[in-house]
Amino acid sequence: MSHNSGSAVGPVLRVEGVVKRFGDHTVLDGIDLTVDWHEVVVLIGASGSGKSTLLKTINLLEQIDDGRILLGDEDISDPRANADRIRGRIGVVFQHFNLFPHMRVLDNVTLAARQVLRVPRAEAERTGIALLERIGLGAKAREYPDRLSGGQQQRVAIARAIATDPELLLLDEITSALDPQLVGEVLDLVGELRAAGSTIVMATHEMSFARRVADRVVYLKDGRIIESGPPEQIFEAPQRAETREFLSRLRDPFA
Amino acid sequence: MTSHPDIGQVRAFEPSALELERRALRRARKRRSLLVSVASTIIFAGVLALALTSSPGWARVRDTFFSPEVAIDAFPRVIEGLWLNIQVLFFAAIGVAVFGTLLAIVRTLKGAVFTPLRLLAAGYTDIFRGIPLLLVLYIVGFGVPGLELTGRMPAQFWGTIALILTYSAYVSEVLRAGIEAVHPSQRLAARSLGLSHAKTLRLVVMPQAVRKVTPALMNDFVSMQKDVGLISVLGAVDAVRAAQLEVAASYNFTPYVLAGILFVLLSWPFIRVTDWVTARAQRREQIGGVV
Repeated sequence: MSHNSGSAVGPVLRVEGVVKRFGDHTVLDGIDLTVDWHEVVVLIGASGSGKSTLLKTINLLEQIDDGRILLGDEDISDPRANADRIRGRIGVVFQHFNLFPHMRVLDNVTLAARQVLRVPRAEAERTGIALLERIGLGAKAREYPDRLSGGQQQRVAIARAIATDPELLLLDEITSALDPQLVGEVLDLVGELRAAGSTIVMATHEMSFARRVADRVVYLKDGRIIESGPPEQIFEAPQRAETREFLSRLRDPFA
Repeated sequence: MTSHPDIGQVRAFEPSALELERRALRRARKRRSLLVSVASTIIFAGVLALALTSSPGWARVRDTFFSPEVAIDAFPRVIEGLWLNIQVLFFAAIGVAVFGTLLAIVRTLKGAVFTPLRLLAAGYTDIFRGIPLLLVLYIVGFGVPGLELTGRMPAQFWGTIALILTYSAYVSEVLRAGIEAVHPSQRLAARSLGLSHAKTLRLVVMPQAVRKVTPALMNDFVSMQKDVGLISVLGAVDAVRAAQLEVAASYNFTPYVLAGILFVLLSWPFIRVTDWVTARAQRREQIGGVV
């Protein structure tokens, strides 16, 4: 896949000292994170550790209270930045798919291309069909989302997010709402995107998948990055006691 | 990992220079947009006033519609009439709440036994939403007393009945939409606890249903607030009728304008409260509202 490599020099994303507070509660407490081109960064951590909030701040769905976020070399946390244009450069997949139920699968996938990038409908649909065929859902293009299984819906949501060829893909616990037997097909697709060179930041509870697909695993706790490194290090030789404790609890919840 | 010496280790309690600059920028922007809105409002109002006052017939219109002396003269009677409107509104609102809820519940009853009731309620709402309120007022106000079932009742009594009959039909449809919008799983969960059908409806379904349709209900209430003025056709001396009498006595239309202003003032607090309640509910139910 070809990417808008307009700013191919330097990292895709730089998060610098980001703080986010809800009232007195500090959700993100000085997060620093750099994501390079074609890198897959996996965020792990308990519920409430700030994974989702971090993804939301990157997509400007939450305003940050301090620090800076740069996409390419543009400061997207600057109030003067055009949020719609920046969001157009980032693809997002949500936990609950958030497909538009009143639109056919193909219209879901082509909506941004047609309405934001002003691509003519015929051209957008050609691209959309090709994309759906690539993910094995070409036959479902004219169906409504409620006719699809959860796994298929989530794959359509991924197709919708990558249809406009974004620089960065944010995946927010995309398998958490799926039945266990449907998780595989969605994660396989993420693996394919990685092989095709997508730059991805994802939050997940699927540790075995994180291990397989991540270039770097970041462990968050109480809004801070406790440890960050290649999956071998995090999962086999975690340096910090908190990480060890978190992982051992996952392996044996009754410990 | 990148770490900026100046922003890497700050806590939100002491914002960095960058964040302070950002806040100043947002504040400046807010100030600017406030200024723009004030300026554009003033200009708009000015143009409107100028267009009105520079029209050739303005002097005559001002004297016949906006005469302060006539307004002051008419004020006591019109306000007395408005008090009747408020009383009618009070009783009509209670009646509509009771009767409308009853209709809505009957329409959502599931059992086959209730088919005649359901049909009756459906027919009722169809008919009373279709008839103009004015006709209902005439038929109830002049027809029903003719049956001589009751002693002589004042016109406002029949006006209140007519308002209840018509508005219950609207309100019941709004409530029904709300009841049906509550997800079936809520009913399921309530019944699984052993709650009866009636208790499920009262304790679980209705509170959520009413919350969902509050804006629509408030809309109906505001609409009724001004339709109360229609009881004047039955001869009740309400604000509209009082204004009419004043107009006839003074050959000046100002009392109508006065009554109109009073009706707006009557509904205004309620409209604002409605907006506030709706906005608050929305804030609570929707997170990430910056988009």
